[in-house]
Amino acid sequence: MRTLDKLKPGESGIVVTLHGEGAVQQRLLEMGVIEGAEVKMVRRAPMGDPLELVVQGYHLSIRKAEASLVELQG
Amino acid sequence: MGATFAVVGNPNVGKTTLFNALTGLSQMTGNYPGVTVERISGRMHLANCSANLIDLPGTYSLAARSPDEMIVTDVLLGHVEGEKPIDAVLAVVDATNLERNLYLVSQLQDLEKPVVVALNMMDIARKRGFTIDVERLSHELGAPVVPICAHKRVGIDELKKVLLEAANRGESARRNGPEYPAVFHAAVDGLAGDLSALHAQIGRTVPRAEAFRVLVDQGGYAEQRLLGRLNGDLSRPLAQRRQEAVTTGSPASVEVRSRYAWIRNVVSSSVQKPAVPVVTFSDRLDRVLTHKIFGIAIFALLMMVVFQAIYTWAAPFMDIIDQGFSALGGAVGSRMPEGILRSLVVDGMIAGVGSVLVFVPQILILTLFIALLEDCGYMARAAFLMDRILSRVGLSGQSFIPLLSSFACAIPGIMATRTIANRRDRFTTMLVAPLMSCAARLPVYTIMIAAFIPARTIMGGTLGLQGITLFCMYALGMVVAIPMALLLKRTLLRGETPPFILELPSYKWPQAQTVLRRVFVQGWEFLRRAGTVIFAITIVVWALAYFPHSSELTATFDTQRAQVERTLPEGPRRAAALAELDGEEAGAHLRNSYFGRMGQVIEPVVTPLGWDWRIGMSVIASFPAREIIVATMGTVFNIGSDVDEKSDTLKGALQGAERAGGGVLFSIPVALSIMVFFALCCQCGATLVMLRRETRTWRWPAFTFAYMTVLAYAAAFVTYQATSWLGWGT
Repeated sequence: MRTLDKLKPGESGIVVTLHGEGAVQQRLLEMGVIEGAEVKMVRRAPMGDPLELVVQGYHLSIRKAEASLVELQG
Repeated sequence: MGATFAVVGNPNVGKTTLFNALTGLSQMTGNYPGVTVERISGRMHLANCSANLIDLPGTYSLAARSPDEMIVTDVLLGHVEGEKPIDAVLAVVDATNLERNLYLVSQLQDLEKPVVVALNMMDIARKRGFTIDVERLSHELGAPVVPICAHKRVGIDELKKVLLEAANRGESARRNGPEYPAVFHAAVDGLAGDLSALHAQIGRTVPRAEAFRVLVDQGGYAEQRLLGRLNGDLSRPLAQRRQEAVTTGSPASVEVRSRYAWIRNVVSSSVQKPAVPVVTFSDRLDRVLTHKIFGIAIFALLMMVVFQAIYTWAAPFMDIIDQGFSALGGAVGSRMPEGILRSLVVDGMIAGVGSVLVFVPQILILTLFIALLEDCGYMARAAFLMDRILSRVGLSGQSFIPLLSSFACAIPGIMATRTIANRRDRFTTMLVAPLMSCAARLPVYTIMIAAFIPARTIMGGTLGLQGITLFCMYALGMVVAIPMALLLKRTLLRGETPPFILELPSYKWPQAQTVLRRVFVQGWEFLRRAGTVIFAITIVVWALAYFPHSSELTATFDTQRAQVERTLPEGPRRAAALAELDGEEAGAHLRNSYFGRMGQVIEPVVTPLGWDWRIGMSVIASFPAREIIVATMGTVFNIGSDVDEKSDTLKGALQGAERAGGGVLFSIPVALSIMVFFALCCQCGATLVMLRRETRTWRWPAFTFAYMTVLAYAAAFVTYQATSWLGWGT
């Protein structure tokens, strides 16, 4: 299973499922990390975490822990 | 009066800039009852019409979890006491990021109020190659859409006109919107029915939009608010309805999926984007500012500039204020007859207010930097860079700025925690913020170091011992904050790690009006809140230190003064002798005062720290505001209370002070023990009052006070005993 936290900077993928539950899942969904959305990894913070992504045309930062909840196609 | 509009939008969409453009200077600020979220309102004029505008905090969704988001939903649903229900909603939308922005708009359209969409940042959207068919967009949304450029004031008059029309027209039947699965729809209707059956208990009708949020946001604000009124009767039907609502997944995922499906249709029919996204200036800037090496270096440099500015830029203004109050005290004092009233006005009121006002320049400079960094978009990058370090302590990158602010003063630091959505993170940050060495600790460090730390250099003359000591005092608070935060997150504020979900907005030029307004509001807030509290407490301390003002003691000194005047010829020697007598008299009165008596009672407690009753008493007197100690020690050590930390007389008096049984009172271990105590103790009434306001209970300030006092005492004890054992300074 390929998850969002495994992407290298510059790579992108299509979201298949968002695991997790409760407030975390709801907030990520609301921010546009939904099935079918394209997510691009821009960079990692200097110490490897958090990550900077582009989703729905804007820049979003989440931690690896949250990114590992996002399953990508392929 | 006219209609009332709520201005709503995502963070970073230029909402405040638009609000300023619509209302001009007719703004009023206040607070919502019971919470510390700032309430900003203003009046908008067009021709002979006018309307009220309420600027709500930025939010991504109406699924409320943070205090800011709760206020947004409360105002929109008309739940705020004393607040008129709103007539219409102005949704501010970023044209460069329609998808995520329209998510909130689709929720706003459920409120059964007219919604007008202001399509902001049209210039940037055009520059990035977007073509937006506004008419089509308006048709698809079923709401009027007005393209604008808030910072260039383009489209403002048109927007005003459309707003007033919408308010006059009232709600138009909504044609378009997200489509939900039939079972979901039925469950929302079902819950709305359940709630209307409970009408008597709730005490009001629950609109469908609210029932929707109660159903979807498990454990969210809407649910808690209702449960609070229903004594928990709702949990079973609620669980039932939630089960009915979905076949797979959670109600939240159904809501989001339906809304985004609708949004995708709306956007694809009205917006054309370039196939390859343009690399923006913001993207290029981020390559440097969030770079592994340059990013960190620039960040460190920036923080150093902020720190330097707080100390160096503020210094001349602080001196002016300080001298102004001394002069005022002197002028007033010389015009009043000696006695209780003069002491109250000069030593109590003027000195008390002066000790607070002197920090205003530092607060203003710090707020200016924070407002600038926030408004240009850098603050989110600071959180991005610092998150890893702070997450090891159990906090998040968003705690960084509040903690940094606390180095100037814990009060703006605590105020800055309002942006932290997670309650446990926010509370932990607030509870460790007072450990950061604030500006008021500096006078204490300065006088102790100048008097007792030798001006020697070590390591081949590269490092001064005095500078190292000062650095250690600043580091101490930070070092202690780490285990403290970890401990809090594992015990009192335990819970799962909150998510870190942060937008990194495009960089932009800060808007002068937005920045200056924030500086003004925060400066005023500091003056009003902290000023009144410290003012009141200083008067109490003054009273304790003044009464009972023994007239016998005064008479004794009057006799001595008369004797000096008889025996010594007029000249400098007589003046010096008289001044010495005045100092001794002040000291004798203090020893005899309630505070002096208390000091002698507590002496056994402070002896293990190497202190005598005079130090103990000065420290206790400075619990309301730590900087008071400089003045108190001046009085206690018999040289009158008109001294400051640069005064050589205080330095000399401290160096010459003797213990009751003979021997030097102060030594390096004693000085270090005092400094360590001040570094860790919460000697600030204003901070405690601020904590009370933000946490809405006295429990947390009481806890903060207790843990910091215990910590300070223990650390001062260890410092004194260890350094004495090592034989430092002997």
